[in-house]
Amino acid sequence: MTEHVTLTVNGQRREAEVEPRRLLVQLIREDFELTGTHVGCDTSQCGACTVHVDGKAIKSCAMLAVQADGSTITTIEGMAPEEGYHPLQQAFWEKHGLQCGFCTPGMIMVAADLLARNANPSDDEIRHALEGNFCRCTGYQNIVAAIREAARTMQAGATAPTPASSQA
Amino acid sequence: MTTDILGSSVKRTEDPKFITGKGRYLDDIKLTGMVHMSILRSPYAHANIRSIDTTAAKAMPGVLAVIVGADIPYNPLPMAWPAGGASGLQNNVNTPRVLATDDVKWTGEGVAAVIAETPEQAVDALDVIAVDWEPLPTVVDSEKATQPGAPQLHENAPNNIVFDWTVGDKAGTDAAIDNAEVVVRQRIVNQRLIPNPMEVRGDIGWYNPGTEEYTVWMSSQTPHIQRLLLTAFVTGIPEHKVRVIAPDVGGAFGTKIFCYADMALVMFASKLVGGRPVKWVETRRENYQSTIHGRDHITYLEIAGKKDGEITGLRVKTYANLGGRLSTIGPGIPTTLYGRVLAGPYKFPNVHCEVIGVYTNTTFVDAYRGAGRPEATYVVERAMDLFADEIGMDHAAIRRKNFLPNDAFPYDNPSGLGTAVNGEKVYIDSGNYEPALDKALTIVDYYLLDEKRAEARKRGKYLGVGLSTYIEICGVAPSKWIGAVGEGWGAAMWESANLKVHLTGKIILTMGTQPQGQGHETTYAQIISSELGVPMEDIIVQHSDTQGTPFGYGSYGSRTSSVGSTAAIKAAGKVREKAKRYAAHMLEASVEDIEVDGANYRVKGSPDKVKTIQEIAFAIDLGFSLPDGMEPYLDETAYHDTPNTTWPFGTHIAIVEIDEETGHVDLVRYVAVDDVGNKINPMIVDGQLHGGIAQGVGQALWEGAIYSDDGQLQSGSMMDYAMPRAAWFPNLELDETVTPSPVNPIGVKGVGEAGAIASTAAVSNAVIDALSPLGIKHLDMPYTAQTVWRAIQGAKGGAAGAADHTNGSNGKGGQA
Repeated sequence: MTEHVTLTVNGQRREAEVEPRRLLVQLIREDFELTGTHVGCDTSQCGACTVHVDGKAIKSCAMLAVQADGSTITTIEGMAPEEGYHPLQQAFWEKHGLQCGFCTPGMIMVAADLLARNANPSDDEIRHALEGNFCRCTGYQNIVAAIREAARTMQAGATAPTPASSQA
Repeated sequence: MTTDILGSSVKRTEDPKFITGKGRYLDDIKLTGMVHMSILRSPYAHANIRSIDTTAAKAMPGVLAVIVGADIPYNPLPMAWPAGGASGLQNNVNTPRVLATDDVKWTGEGVAAVIAETPEQAVDALDVIAVDWEPLPTVVDSEKATQPGAPQLHENAPNNIVFDWTVGDKAGTDAAIDNAEVVVRQRIVNQRLIPNPMEVRGDIGWYNPGTEEYTVWMSSQTPHIQRLLLTAFVTGIPEHKVRVIAPDVGGAFGTKIFCYADMALVMFASKLVGGRPVKWVETRRENYQSTIHGRDHITYLEIAGKKDGEITGLRVKTYANLGGRLSTIGPGIPTTLYGRVLAGPYKFPNVHCEVIGVYTNTTFVDAYRGAGRPEATYVVERAMDLFADEIGMDHAAIRRKNFLPNDAFPYDNPSGLGTAVNGEKVYIDSGNYEPALDKALTIVDYYLLDEKRAEARKRGKYLGVGLSTYIEICGVAPSKWIGAVGEGWGAAMWESANLKVHLTGKIILTMGTQPQGQGHETTYAQIISSELGVPMEDIIVQHSDTQGTPFGYGSYGSRTSSVGSTAAIKAAGKVREKAKRYAAHMLEASVEDIEVDGANYRVKGSPDKVKTIQEIAFAIDLGFSLPDGMEPYLDETAYHDTPNTTWPFGTHIAIVEIDEETGHVDLVRYVAVDDVGNKINPMIVDGQLHGGIAQGVGQALWEGAIYSDDGQLQSGSMMDYAMPRAAWFPNLELDETVTPSPVNPIGVKGVGEAGAIASTAAVSNAVIDALSPLGIKHLDMPYTAQTVWRAIQGAKGGAAGAADHTNGSNGKGGQA
């Protein structure tokens, strides 16, 4: 038995036939082949699978694909403008906010959610916003620095491109 | 020759793919016709297998095959690093089979596998495999496992002992302790940890029926070693018929060094299903049960010395838990990488260490970041504080008094670095310990901290300060030393590099090392850019595929920057020499008259007579006009066997505040002054230190793998294991001293593990220091609020904590 789902993913209409037990993260990774969203823990602790559903950061391993039917999804692949990078991507690069890179998409997605709610977070606020996202490489220090840097550049109004999906 | 590129914080060339979601990790790979494997794992920690019925599973939808151990003609996995050394050697080896046949020794040992069209179908079919189990008694504690009457795991290992290994001067150390003015004794536990790379392990096996060749993709730190182990030891398939590829590796921390059963299983399975690629990716729960764990030592230490603080002897007996069967280099970690470095940065005249390697009904234990050296540092640095507290000496002063002097190097320490029968030795390469200590003390205003202690007490907090003045050993080598001391070849030795300058002047450096997030593609390119004067964007660095890279040992033990970089520099040197010879030919000059300045090769005294390396490469690669005896193509390979190990060092200081009411420990400040020699890329070095420190702090404050007495892993998922989170850390404050290593041409020492080696002891010492006003001399990690609260209550005489106040560890303490 399968269900039909229709979603907007990174600005594009996508459809699939899914088993009711299929997780949103499996739909994204396996059916839509957007493998930038990662599975790290299976139990909704690590946040490597974080995507935006209707503009909010959620863990896509904790949502069924059928629950996401009709929603608008942004993944890491949808964050950059046509040319260059999202300020968070740029800041993670500049500030050495990643090492193995496995947690990075989830970190960037959760940080984008934070900065949408709080344009000028303190270090404490940044660290608490990362409560549900684990990194084993960086000790979090340069992730915090990168998010602080991105907040600064985005506030400076430099170029804060809107993710593709929100334009759809 | 160097230019500014070496030593500068160049942004990583790896990053664009990772920040855009275009990294390619094992689970991101989809191959045509690919099918999926899932492994049935033992629910018992110790049991015999009476029978396995796979009939129902074979009839499940989508199932192509069900495999049990008896189906597989392969050998058990190899063990490549027996406990070497001079005395007491035993190695009662038992390693896992690809799937268990007769019995299981830990919860999570694989007993059957299903191959199906989809991952879900494979998992569904596991549920209907019927195993008839005969449960057996279990033991999970390494000390208890050696006692009379303990359950026995293996016939060839009486009392569950894998080896009883010693190092150092026993008679001298015994005499030092017997004759000492002061002796302090303490039992300390270095608890078991789960390494937790964010990417779990996985493999894809593909048998090509046309060529009878295998390709195995695996998340690995050591593709060449795995090809060797899987062919020569496990499967019997000829080495040249197997290709191993490691895609992007999402962290490893030691766990991906080793040969695991699943690697052979996907090879067998692919052939069984007619050459369809077979993918297996472990769940996080499987990772916790069946990928290696780290640490797990129980240690009795005795430190002896004079009332003025001079240490005269250190005697250590350690029970090292190695799990139910041995991992690839399990015995090497608590012996060479632990016992041989127990003297730390100190001029201890006498050190003796006995390590008993033990089988228990737990997951196998092997190298986790630091691997032996964090355990040694923990013992030595706790011992220094215990001794200082006994004689009433300041914790910084006792370290300073016992440091090796600056003229001691190269230094042959007394815990057995030079035990080779043929005289081969490795030395501590260089050191200068006091400046790092002084710098760290200055940064924290060490001598003004009593005011802060008093201020904290007014707020209901105990403030504690912990020092860790560590050293560590990187790039274990040279090969002849490893061979001479009987370490087995699992220790790793030399490294390799191939450098090609193509017709268009673009450069490909191909390495035998294997990154897992360290930024090798950037740092090697910096080195080659510096060596050859070519811009970084004209250089790419390749690795991770046994087809096309020279044999190399991979990346672990902080060996890449010292050993791997030197191989790359040697290859560049060969390229430069050949280019010089050709420049002489082109410019009609003698080779001796060619000067090299970056990419320019010019005739001395004739600045207009110049050729660039790109022009030279074009001409050599075409080969239209080669001098007699010169082969075409600017393509050189170098193998480098380093003459010695390298020894980073430094001082870390942790400051904690403990809440008197709740026992909660807050890490309020962390200062690290590290000396890792010269730096190729300071930004990357800092990142390595941050991550290492966080892992070491994690052990001290939160992490621990917990088994029930019947061998169930109770910390079996990230819901139950305390993975450190961002909000739990202060901003880490880093500083440096720089003492170049004389071992390699760029003076680097290695940095992958230093943070993890130093930080556990620093935080532990800070917590005990904070609790010392209550009379607490030692407490075992991790310092969760419950553990600390109980200790506080016990010290105050409250009933709640009385039973646990010493955490079972202090009973044999005291002093002679």
